[in-house]
Amino acid sequence: MTITTPQRTQAEPLLEIRNLSVDYGYDDDAVRALSNVNLTLHRGEILGLAGESGCGKSTLAYAATRLLPPPGVITGGEVLFTSSRSRESGDLLRMSDKQLRAQRWRDTAIVFQGSMNALNPVYKVGKQLIDGIAAHEKMSRSAMRERAAELLTMVGISADRLDSYPHQLSGGMRQRVMIAMALALEPELVIMDEPTTALDVVMQRQIVEQIIELKDKLGFSVIFITHDVSLLIELADRIAIMYAGEIVEDAGSREVYHEPRHPYTAGLLHSFPPLRGPKRELGGIPGSPPDLLSLPSGCRFRTRCPYAVDACAQLVPELGGTVFGDEEPHRSVACHLHDDAVDTPAVPAELAVRPEGRTLLGVDPR
Amino acid sequence: MSSHSHNDPDRTSDAPLLAARNLTKHFPVKGGGSRVVHAVDSVDIELHAGEVVALVGESGSGKSTIARLLAKLMPHTSGDILLEGTAVTARFGRRFRNYCRRVQMILQDPFASLNPIHRVRYVLTRSISIHRGRMSRDERERMLRELLERVDLTPPERYLEKFPHELSGGQRQRVAIARALGADPEVLLADEPVSMLDVSIRIGVLNLLRDLKDRFHLAVLYITHDIASARYFADRTVVMYAGQIVERGPSEAVTQHPLHPYTQLLIASAPDADRLEEREATEATGEPPSLISPPTGCRFHPRCPFAMERCRTDAPPMFSAESGHESACWLYADDAEAERAAAFGAQTPGEAQA
Ligand SMILES: Nc1ncnc2c1ncn2[C@@H]1O[C@H](COP(=O)(O)OP(=O)(O)OP(=O)(O)O)[C@@H](O)[C@H]1O
Ligand SMILES: Nc1ncnc2c1ncn2[C@@H]1O[C@H](COP(=O)(O)OP(=O)(O)OP(=O)(O)O)[C@@H](O)[C@H]1O
Ligand code: SF4
Ligand SMILES: [Mg+2]
Ligand SMILES: [Mg+2]
Repeated sequence: MTITTPQRTQAEPLLEIRNLSVDYGYDDDAVRALSNVNLTLHRGEILGLAGESGCGKSTLAYAATRLLPPPGVITGGEVLFTSSRSRESGDLLRMSDKQLRAQRWRDTAIVFQGSMNALNPVYKVGKQLIDGIAAHEKMSRSAMRERAAELLTMVGISADRLDSYPHQLSGGMRQRVMIAMALALEPELVIMDEPTTALDVVMQRQIVEQIIELKDKLGFSVIFITHDVSLLIELADRIAIMYAGEIVEDAGSREVYHEPRHPYTAGLLHSFPPLRGPKRELGGIPGSPPDLLSLPSGCRFRTRCPYAVDACAQLVPELGGTVFGDEEPHRSVACHLHDDAVDTPAVPAELAVRPEGRTLLGVDPR
Repeated sequence: MSSHSHNDPDRTSDAPLLAARNLTKHFPVKGGGSRVVHAVDSVDIELHAGEVVALVGESGSGKSTIARLLAKLMPHTSGDILLEGTAVTARFGRRFRNYCRRVQMILQDPFASLNPIHRVRYVLTRSISIHRGRMSRDERERMLRELLERVDLTPPERYLEKFPHELSGGQRQRVAIARALGADPEVLLADEPVSMLDVSIRIGVLNLLRDLKDRFHLAVLYITHDIASARYFADRTVVMYAGQIVERGPSEAVTQHPLHPYTQLLIASAPDADRLEEREATEATGEPPSLISPPTGCRFHPRCPFAMERCRTDAPPMFSAESGHESACWLYADDAEAERAAAFGAQTPGEAQA
């Protein structure tokens, strides 16, 4: 196999999620919220996780860090974490609680969805930061206060805000405090679940710029979750698109934008009006995301897919190479159109755009 | 188009259907004595039949308050609301009810805005009978079906007996729109009507609103955080900052050649995948201002990279550029040519438009 795009192969994996499945509920009416998810985060990378409400983004983040609240149950899979500091590697899902506790906060941190409203209203911000540090580090009170001040300054808030109560801060500042807390123990991996969704675009931009700056400075890796693909295209190195509990496409963010391979990805891109350039008529995607309790057979997207053929109702597509095979070794898609083994028409030109000159090629998969 | 106002070719009719003049709303501060929140200060806005006006701006800048004032859900502090040029002062009675029929509001949250215990049939029947009075059973039945068809919930019988929880978010928002249409309104005030919906179905609801606007010649106020959707969907765009309008004009002009430094910041901040290569950090800083004691002069001056001496003391009036495009910023004063050139270089925004 000749590898034409070698840049990805250099990076070492930090987190490898293999065949991860999650149910909500314990008996027959359990809902399968994640089905056989495979995803790799490389060191120093910002990986974006995008998809519509309810597709399982938060579930994936919490299951991968074993923070899934009941009735969530991990029913299969493994999550390998390879620390770059200790060079140790282990399956997070099989660690004892004690091992996990010792390790988790040091190596991974989460900024939870809606967490800016999770600050305790009766305590000053400084106390909450210090308590967070004290739970994991042994140092003197004054050293911790100094560290808390340093963390606040790092996220662009002046240190005298240590003595503010949460309600005295704007939403954007509270969100930065949460980011500061996540960074307190210098984790290798930071998972951010919709960290900017409740903020307006100017504040969102400030926070995103801050995250990139801190990442470059401190060298952590990021999984950034949002339903806003256009934000991810700018921010992330790579994007995984989820639909109804599965990953349907995984590629570099520019590739996702300019050369989508999955019909759902293409549909999502047709749902965002462009801010610049020619105005185009947009259709969105017909129908609405499926109910996880009554999923269509075969491909879960087929009821909304403009290209669906008979095979789509019969076979479940697996995440694999694109129609261009070895020419695109670092990207994958779960769609029968790209699978030689399934009898489908040629990939439509829209889903077969190639980087060279960005021309459309109607491609025959055989 | 030639019969329309020469300085604004995008207007569909000259007299506004609904207008606000110097509209002001101050909320008392709890336990704050005589202090007030300046939520909306001296706002002028015009809605024309057959036209969508987008209202964009920072969170907390007063957008929802304007919609609620126009819907008469609460009294304004001062200023006028004019329907077809006549000030609307009624707070109850027949004239007030008539106003409420003609001016309908659609809210952000399709989950909260429909009562979970009522079927679609009940929700729509109630809207029709409140606003249209008595009618025969057959007539009502026909109207119910027609309303659902208008919002593309077809065939109607599939939806009439459903409860809200049996519908998807997009379907619920369509029912909320059908309910508003049940009143046979002339103005729709839509406060972030799609921001709670899944990304892939937002455009569908916006396209529906646009079709309805065209078919029934509605005046639509579209409140949004998403300036790209304002460009897509609205004829004109109005930008707010800290309770005041800082810029307005045809949507294309406002989004492609923003005049006011706040609008420029807003647009530079919006995600835009097409500008990956040229993007530099916006270096956006600063926090939204206090609305209890707003900054003197231009309310944006503490965050403005171009602030001049008079920005700190005098509130800028609206300065006109072209084709109804105007902004409240001292850089566009006639005597500020030098400052304007210093701020933007040779090519001043607004002058570049053909
Ligand atoms: N506690 C729970 N019990 C039952 N089902 C749940 C529970 N939590 C989540 N689910 C279901 O699991 C699916 C995935 O939910 P999840 O919160 O991971 O979605 P998400 O992609 O993060 O959505 P959002 O963008 O709205 O945050 C959803 O369909 C949801 O209804
Ligand atoms: N009932 C109220 N009492 C006191 N203050 C209020 C009230 N309603 C709104 N405000 C204040 O008025 C200001 C404008 O609020 P408004 O809801 O109109 O903003 P908005 O532009 O719609 O914001 P968003 O984009 O976040 O929805 C805010 O500072 C808000 O806190
Ligand atoms: S008036 Fe002055 S402070 Fe306000 S936006 Fe214009 S230049 Fe900036
Ligand atoms: Mg979530
Ligand atoms: Mg609002």
